[in-house]
Amino acid sequence: MSESTYRIQGTTGEWEVVIGLEVHAQVTSNSKLFSGAAASFGAEPNTQVSLVDAAMPGMLPVPNAECIRQAVRTGIAIDAQINRWSRFDRKNYFYADLPQGYQISQLYHPLVGEGHLDIDADEKAGILEAKRIGVERIHVEQDAGKLMHDQHPTRSYVDLNRSGVALMEIVSRPDMTSPAEAGAYLRKLRAILRYVGSCDGNMEEGSMRADVNVSVRRAGEELGTRTETKNVNSVRFVMQAIEHEANRQVDVLEAGGKIVQETRLFNPDTGTTRSMRSKEDAHDYRYFPDPDLLPLELTEAFVEECRASLLELPDAKRARYVDVLGISAYNAAVLTAEVETARWFEALLKEGAEAKQAANWVMSELFGALNRLGKSIEDSPVSPAQAAELLTLVTDGTLSGSLAKQVFEKMLETGDSAGTIVERDGLKQTSDTGAIEAVIADVLAKNPGQLEQYRSGKEALFGFFVGQTMKAMAGKANPAVVNELLKKALG
Amino acid sequence: MTNLTDLGIAAIRDGFKAGDFTARDVASAFNDAVAGAKALNAFIVETPEIALAAADQADKDRAAGTLKPLSGVPIGMKDLFATKDVQTTAASHILEGFVPQYESTVSGKLWNAGAGMLGKLNLDQFAMGSSNETSFFGNVISPWRRNNGDTAALAPGGSSGGTSSAIAARLVPGATGTDTGGSIRQPAAFTGISGIKPTYGRCSRWGIVAFASSLDQAGPMARDVRDCAILLENMAGFDPKDSTSLDLAVPNWEAALSSDLKGKRVGIPKEYRVDGMPAEIDALWEQGIAWLKDAGAEIVNVSLPHTQYALPAYYIIAPAEASSNLARYDGVRYGLRDLPDGANLQDMYAATRAAGFGDEVKRRILIGTYVLSAGFYDAYYTQAQKVRTLIARDFDQAWEKCDLLLTPTAPSAAFGLGEKSDDPLAMYLNDVFTVPTSLAGLPAMSVPGGLDALGLPLGLQIIGKALDEQTVLNAGLAIEERAGFTARADKWW
Repeated sequence: MSESTYRIQGTTGEWEVVIGLEVHAQVTSNSKLFSGAAASFGAEPNTQVSLVDAAMPGMLPVPNAECIRQAVRTGIAIDAQINRWSRFDRKNYFYADLPQGYQISQLYHPLVGEGHLDIDADEKAGILEAKRIGVERIHVEQDAGKLMHDQHPTRSYVDLNRSGVALMEIVSRPDMTSPAEAGAYLRKLRAILRYVGSCDGNMEEGSMRADVNVSVRRAGEELGTRTETKNVNSVRFVMQAIEHEANRQVDVLEAGGKIVQETRLFNPDTGTTRSMRSKEDAHDYRYFPDPDLLPLELTEAFVEECRASLLELPDAKRARYVDVLGISAYNAAVLTAEVETARWFEALLKEGAEAKQAANWVMSELFGALNRLGKSIEDSPVSPAQAAELLTLVTDGTLSGSLAKQVFEKMLETGDSAGTIVERDGLKQTSDTGAIEAVIADVLAKNPGQLEQYRSGKEALFGFFVGQTMKAMAGKANPAVVNELLKKALG
Repeated sequence: MTNLTDLGIAAIRDGFKAGDFTARDVASAFNDAVAGAKALNAFIVETPEIALAAADQADKDRAAGTLKPLSGVPIGMKDLFATKDVQTTAASHILEGFVPQYESTVSGKLWNAGAGMLGKLNLDQFAMGSSNETSFFGNVISPWRRNNGDTAALAPGGSSGGTSSAIAARLVPGATGTDTGGSIRQPAAFTGISGIKPTYGRCSRWGIVAFASSLDQAGPMARDVRDCAILLENMAGFDPKDSTSLDLAVPNWEAALSSDLKGKRVGIPKEYRVDGMPAEIDALWEQGIAWLKDAGAEIVNVSLPHTQYALPAYYIIAPAEASSNLARYDGVRYGLRDLPDGANLQDMYAATRAAGFGDEVKRRILIGTYVLSAGFYDAYYTQAQKVRTLIARDFDQAWEKCDLLLTPTAPSAAFGLGEKSDDPLAMYLNDVFTVPTSLAGLPAMSVPGGLDALGLPLGLQIIGKALDEQTVLNAGLAIEERAGFTARADKWW
């Protein structure tokens, strides 16, 4: 395993950066971790609150098996140890968004133990080799509610819709050494969560947030004191926060100062971090086992069911695309990066498209069109079945590449099938040698100057004649036939 | 016609069924008794109209031939159980005026079984206390008085002191209690009535204001063992809303009652002979042994070696859980809110909780917060949990030699109000015989055995194996039959 080349250049020399991430991922589930209330995003305030979520007197939590299942599936997906025996603890602190006065979490015995995920080499980003990032644990816990300070001049309002929603806290090892590695880790983790279906990974809606632990040290020295920047909610912001925080720490240390172990806040507008509270002010959370809940004991059958429910994960899929389907490594990486892309691509193959051709077409034509239209692949105006029909028309010689592009444009505009468009607009390519030869003769006759130059050695003009011929045939001539006949005619 | 308030649960049920009286007659008689007993302060809220409505329904059901197990029976409800549309306070100022939109599982079961509610019974604040002197709504007075002319107000025990006082004074034929460290058994002993704390998990905790979740357990209190069995059958049962609830069928305890103890071995734990215990209690214990022998049981001596550590462990674990359970009373969503001028959130918490909680509650929150704090957790909480495991093991080992245990319920008879309220440790010592059972989650009951020289009731405690409430009830019945306890408090209120 190689270390990244990322270093902070201080005035006194080079500094290495050490990064660990604690990612809070909202579990995809119809209801909350310990209550039957709905867990969807964007509802009117306080409309998804059960008596349990509001911590009414005498209310008790009951674990939601689906949330546990999702966390176990996630653990299996990162090759982690699944703890057959785990337990919920209470983390006690007072805040208006925390109705119980404690958060039910797992400190001492988490559901998921040691695992890992691999990030890819990315030379442009300074990641020279693929790297394995350790995951220390995943535990499940309750989210808090939300305070709203902008509703009234002197009062704050509380929205408990999120109160009690299930989160997975995914804690990495301090194995990352550059903002780029942290970014790659987050993107990979997000991809895995979305493949597993245990979290929608939507950072804008807050379904995924990261606490960023950063320290700096000189090469070969002991780990430095770390700071924790809380609740950063995009990959870009995480990278910015690391960059800023690492440089700030170097500045402090080089000026003879000391890093204080503290919690910091990231300001997305300025890209900087500021101190929130120091270790001395840190809460004593008085963790202890939640006496309202029994230890969570998983049967072998439950874990096996979770394992069996997992579909092919991104790394395995990418390897198969390269090894079995013969797709280039780059294309395979792009096509498997997002579960929706892979799903669409595999639907296309199922409809009979040939893998390599389909991969190239998705990468260039489909992505180009979606980009232009500002649509995601799930909202593609052309379905995999329609795309497969188009590609078949190319394979069987009905359409040339350029005709296929025209047909695809019309498909996007009209929603009609490729076959319909070809028939209606007469876009079939022709391989009629007699017709093509006649056009070639005409082209040569009309361009005596170019013909003369070509024959005296300017062979680059071959393309000119191809273009003229294609133009004269409104693009419908089979390019291979045109090439062959032109060569003959130009002798 | 007999005085209806002299009837117990079984007698009311059977007499009503037989047509001896109407349910309305019964409810009215008890409503009158409640209304005439303000001096005892046993109720926080009286609900005569609810009792009458349930009675009218019972009368209709009888006419229609659709009687339920508790049709025609009015009862009291400890004010720790959430009752829909009826104020529920846990006897604390912080919940004064709180009206739940939900019904606790246990109270809901009782209403579904046809019982009616006479009112919400006073208790120690958040069930923290052994004398019912910590209620925000004032002390409950025991109907009992010493026979030496002394008219000092006596403690009805705690925390279910409203329940014990109301039953002993014939204001209700039976009522619910909850028991965290003895809160059913000790007040039952102080007032000459019966009460059983079932195995932890038998009764759902859903809707009961939590004190210490791993110990809290609901149970019935009534005038005799049969009435306890009847009520318990209608309180117990699996509840998917309580993760610690036991998924087991509810036995037909009443039908299986038998005072024949042949083949049963009764253990007498030597560690329960504590210094300074009144001779009368020792004598009653010996008498109880003789009664059980007479009922056919074999008596064996057993040892519960870790008993002396039970009380300290309990007073770590229970406050620890309470300090967390009571964090929700913060003035944000319901109950009291004290918002001084210019106060921020922290100020509001401090003011609300300072004004809302009584001294004993604050004391336990402070103890609990302390024992869970970083640096003290292992020395206190972890250690206490180890003790708890050892206590449970003591009982397991005892069960190799016996089927049940007999002990006194409390180390003294009822004391006067105010006598111990300045000395929390002396007060805590009152739970010395009841706490070990709570830590082990075992079923245990108190039945009256006799009176001391001052004419005050003394109780005997029967402790059973987990889930063996039947043997506990049967032994209770055997004592009840032999003790012939008919004494009652003379009406002075």
